Amino acid sequence: MSQPVRLTPPLSDEQVAALTAGDRVLISGTIYTGRDAAHKRMVEALDRGEDPPFELAGAVIYYVGPSPPPPGRVIGAAGPTTSYRMDPYAPTLIARGLKAMIGKGKRGEEVKKAMQEHKAVYLAAIGGAGALMARCIKQAEVIAYPDLGPEAVRRLVVEDMPLIVVNDVRGGDLYQEGRRRYQR
Amino acid sequence: MAALRTIEAAEITAAVARLCGEADIELPQDVRRALEQARDQEESPVGREVLARLIENADIARRERLPICQDCGLAVVFVDLGQEVHIRGGSLEEAINAGVRQGYQDYYLRKSVCHPFTRANTGDNTPAVIHTRIVPGDRLHLWVVPKGGGSENMSRVFLLTPAVGLEGVKQKVVETVEAAGPNPCPPIILGVAVGGTFEQAAVRAKRTLLRELGSANPDPEAAALEAELLELVNRTGIGPAGLGGRVTCLGVFVDIHPCHIASLPLAVNIQCHAARHKEVVL
Ligand code: SF4
Repeated sequence: MSQPVRLTPPLSDEQVAALTAGDRVLISGTIYTGRDAAHKRMVEALDRGEDPPFELAGAVIYYVGPSPPPPGRVIGAAGPTTSYRMDPYAPTLIARGLKAMIGKGKRGEEVKKAMQEHKAVYLAAIGGAGALMARCIKQAEVIAYPDLGPEAVRRLVVEDMPLIVVNDVRGGDLYQEGRRRYQR
Repeated sequence: MAALRTIEAAEITAAVARLCGEADIELPQDVRRALEQARDQEESPVGREVLARLIENADIARRERLPICQDCGLAVVFVDLGQEVHIRGGSLEEAINAGVRQGYQDYYLRKSVCHPFTRANTGDNTPAVIHTRIVPGDRLHLWVVPKGGGSENMSRVFLLTPAVGLEGVKQKVVETVEAAGPNPCPPIILGVAVGGTFEQAAVRAKRTLLRELGSANPDPEAAALEAELLELVNRTGIGPAGLGGRVTCLGVFVDIHPCHIASLPLAVNIQCHAARHKEVVL
């Protein structure tokens, strides 16, 4: 396996285009959380001509609804949620400059097309490794939709968050390629 | 007549609260062992790394008292209630829900229950899904099985035509796993129930998930199907985290039951590697 690529958001088109399905990535810096309920509100806000709760240009979104932080911690368990539920909203955000999505599970064709057209990538975090992922999260702060509880939009500061590129800007798809390699 | 044995509702509540916390924080040893075996067998380097991280994750959770997974599940509770038990101080259902409420609060677990349309969170992870059986004896056996949405969403019930037979059943199980792909956090565990009715197949499939990985099925027909399905599913190449590999599934549990002469129900309950369950006998 090759050395991981280190990235710090905001990400540029060039940084994203240099990634290939199967590459390992370590992200450090500021990323934002959102699940389906938050995505719905963000897209509705954009449709009304309002500003999104954070700058989308170059941004990285992590599909996560963390568990509550026990005393003395910044966050509880914080692994990825299944990404297809964000598929109806993702193309709109990608068109507005979103550069990377972090989640688990397959994406729809519309999202893959948008990633190729506007240069964005889809990164997988290990599903179900919530306690491990929490270790990379150094700060967490709710910045929008607090009424959504675990689904509120949070700004996270992460350090060396371990990820793997699933969908790249050239149509590469690790879920398909990986499976083909080991299928019997 | 045998005397009734009294169990206080408060005792049930306290037990359920503790089981919720322990289930979400402590990965069962059989699952941890299965993950270790999988890591040693996996041919894909990425797959091995994923499995190693899942084991590390389970150990961090146990040590630091964090949930294994942020999706702390909908609380599914199986109850075997001895017919000589008398519950005092409240209803069984209320006692269980009070336990879920308390456990999800006290152990900092995520509350993941909402209204189906408004999506408004109930705020305390209730109502629990409760499956009760009345059994002989004077004991109350409780199992708490927090079930995550990712794997539950990929589960399926089929009402097959009897003509498709055993081959048709195998094909549907494999199709279900292939369609799920990386979504339910593989390596998965499969609970498969054949027979019964529409609703019974689903409940029986879920109930098989209480079994220990590696435990022998006393029904030789079901045991043979378990071995065959495991082999078939592990040929799909989906692998750990769906990134490609040999170990897609850690174990298959099969339950075969009589059904109507016109029917062949099949339920496939997919369980992720965060296969959480804790039990107690009161
Ligand atoms: S499928 Fe299981 S391991 Fe994956 S996120 Fe859901 S509960 Fe966690």
